[in-house]
Amino acid sequence: MGSRDANGNSIGDSSVSDLALGELNDVSHAGGIGVDQVLFPTREAYHGLVLRLKESGFEMCADLCAVDFLTHPGRALPDGIRPERFEVVVNLLSLSQKRRVRVRVQVPESDASIASLFDVYPGSEAMEREAYDLIGIRFSNHPDLTRILMPEEWEGHPLRKDYGSGRVPVQFKETPGPR
Amino acid sequence: MALEDLPHNFLTGSIEELVKWARKSSVWPATFGLACCAIEMMSAGAADYDLARFGMEVFRNSPRQADLMIVAGRVSQKMAPVLRQVYDQMMEPKWVISMGVCASSGGMFNNYAIVQGVDQIIPVDVYAPGCPPSPETLIHAILTLHQKIQTGEITKRRHEGTPIELEETPSSPWVPEMPTAIRLGTPR
Amino acid sequence: MTTIDDQEVPMRVIERPAWSAKETSEGPQELLERSGTPEEEILREAGGVLRLPDGHVLDAGQIDVERSDDETMIINMGPQHPSTHGVLRLMLELDGETVLRTKSVIGYLHTGMEKTGEELTYVQGATNVTRMDYLSPLHNEAVFSLATEALLGVEIPDRATWIRTLMLELNRVSSHLMWMATNGMDLGSTSMMIFGFREREMVMSFFEKTTGLRMNNNYIRPGGVAADLPDGWEDDIDILCETILERTFEYDQLLTGQPIFRERTEGVGGLLAEEALALSVTGPLLRSTGVPWDLRRTMPYLAYDQLDFDVLVGTYGDNFDRYAIRLGEIRESIRMIRQILEKMPTGDYRVQDPKVTPPPRGRATCTLPCW
Repeated sequence: MGSRDANGNSIGDSSVSDLALGELNDVSHAGGIGVDQVLFPTREAYHGLVLRLKESGFEMCADLCAVDFLTHPGRALPDGIRPERFEVVVNLLSLSQKRRVRVRVQVPESDASIASLFDVYPGSEAMEREAYDLIGIRFSNHPDLTRILMPEEWEGHPLRKDYGSGRVPVQFKETPGPR
Repeated sequence: MALEDLPHNFLTGSIEELVKWARKSSVWPATFGLACCAIEMMSAGAADYDLARFGMEVFRNSPRQADLMIVAGRVSQKMAPVLRQVYDQMMEPKWVISMGVCASSGGMFNNYAIVQGVDQIIPVDVYAPGCPPSPETLIHAILTLHQKIQTGEITKRRHEGTPIELEETPSSPWVPEMPTAIRLGTPR
Repeated sequence: MTTIDDQEVPMRVIERPAWSAKETSEGPQELLERSGTPEEEILREAGGVLRLPDGHVLDAGQIDVERSDDETMIINMGPQHPSTHGVLRLMLELDGETVLRTKSVIGYLHTGMEKTGEELTYVQGATNVTRMDYLSPLHNEAVFSLATEALLGVEIPDRATWIRTLMLELNRVSSHLMWMATNGMDLGSTSMMIFGFREREMVMSFFEKTTGLRMNNNYIRPGGVAADLPDGWEDDIDILCETILERTFEYDQLLTGQPIFRERTEGVGGLLAEEALALSVTGPLLRSTGVPWDLRRTMPYLAYDQLDFDVLVGTYGDNFDRYAIRLGEIRESIRMIRQILEKMPTGDYRVQDPKVTPPPRGRATCTLPCW
């Protein structure tokens, strides 16, 4: 199973060696809001794909975040991509071409680890630490994967859907159930 | 000389009044601005809502030189030990104003990350509600504190001071207690 | 036990009281002395790995790894500090006044807004988001509202867009004035603090008149804005623009030409364009390095494509460039506000979409069951 773009077209096998620049310039379909293209690589192809994107002009990593789809009713994915509980979403910005692209990688809950983008975009260091801290995805080859927002000895990953919000009952407002 | 150690008789009465007046006229706040309320605290210290007319424009950076800690902003779980440490470093007599709803009760952030009220960590003298409280509200809180210092109510309370034990499950329905600011009336 | 005058006297050991705070320790985040830190970590703390452009490799011989521990001092610029403006913990290794290595620890203001936001509705979402960057609350609300409207496919009327643009530019003015005030105060000029806040009060009172609150105004909501502009807003804005514009020239007199200010800001904190891009920096910091990237010009949103303004770009990426860019942006914002004043269309200030806006009062009483 290889990487696919939002139309379900394969964009190459896991080695990303034949990723042609022309396929990146195809903006005829918008796979997401606010971006020109959405790409769905596998975990193995992820690092290579981002490296190729950087070389083809995406100078800045605008954001890297993780999403927990545990309570999501169902999301649209191209054929051939198996949905997992977690997704790592990377938004890249090209200042020279004024384009944005989004890379979404499925990360299974049983083995929540993925390659780190630190050697490609050093600015992703803090973003990956936040994803580790709040969702629990480990980034391999990250220089310093420690908690960044929660105290050091905190247990658990707060932004996971099965982690309660920690509300205390107050007068005039009982704790609401999940929506 | 601590006011509490003086024997209370008609000779020392006027000394007490003088000391209390001196204490209230030059309360020096320590900077503990955390979030949005800090901006309103700075506005209160700036031109339009001047805190200098109360003798309070010097925000001491070192807690050892400060009398008042205005906890302005939301206190996260990571910040709580730091808050306690800064409070411990202040010297008696010291007062605390909890500014804003996040410091008073956790505010709109009723979740895992925010301490639900700084009175879980330090004793608070005046609560100033608002999100953020406008500088006028903060000045009202400060004047309430001044009045409490002037009447000696604070030192009396501390002296009697065993903390009130709350019952686990109150049997009667909860009735809100009137806040002190309303009881004292509008300060002149 | 100790001996005083040949008598055994028990020594009193004063224990630290149990109720005081335990020392805050950051665990693996500690900045240790050079002798105790592996070399690659020293490189990272000195900024070696993060701050070099592509293709350059820091020569390990350039960083003074051999420097002995006695010459330098490790201090903690803790979360409560007047200059950190909010809570940031910096562990620094200093040689005199020069910072050699640093490690920053954040998270002292982590509020769990994302978790809280999961339980809110569309209308309540703006109240949560507005407190994220409390110096520019309307910008946060605009981002949230634009995203919600894009996802729901809601079109908002023109007047709402222009009102949003007006409020955003006013908020930019107040945020930059705040920056200039605190920057001046950090460098010693307390008058700049007073000036900045004095101007900010004019903007705050306009916000209070229009939105109801000075800060964290829950005004820009999905579907439009919460209320229409008040009567007489044109005169208010006129006075505001005139006053603030002429006072920016006062700031020039106070700061820009002043030798002490220039010496303290020129050449300090320099950033290269490649470093800025690698570190995902945007906004005035990126523009100060020379990259002319302004989202209002390159990917216009709201009504910015119909406004005429300049994008200010610096050269050296140092503190003085950033100061100059922000001062210039105040003037550009005033210019934009004047154009908005002329071009403001008439119309409705919000769209009546049942998903995001509550119905107007007249309809509410007849569509709800009457008791």
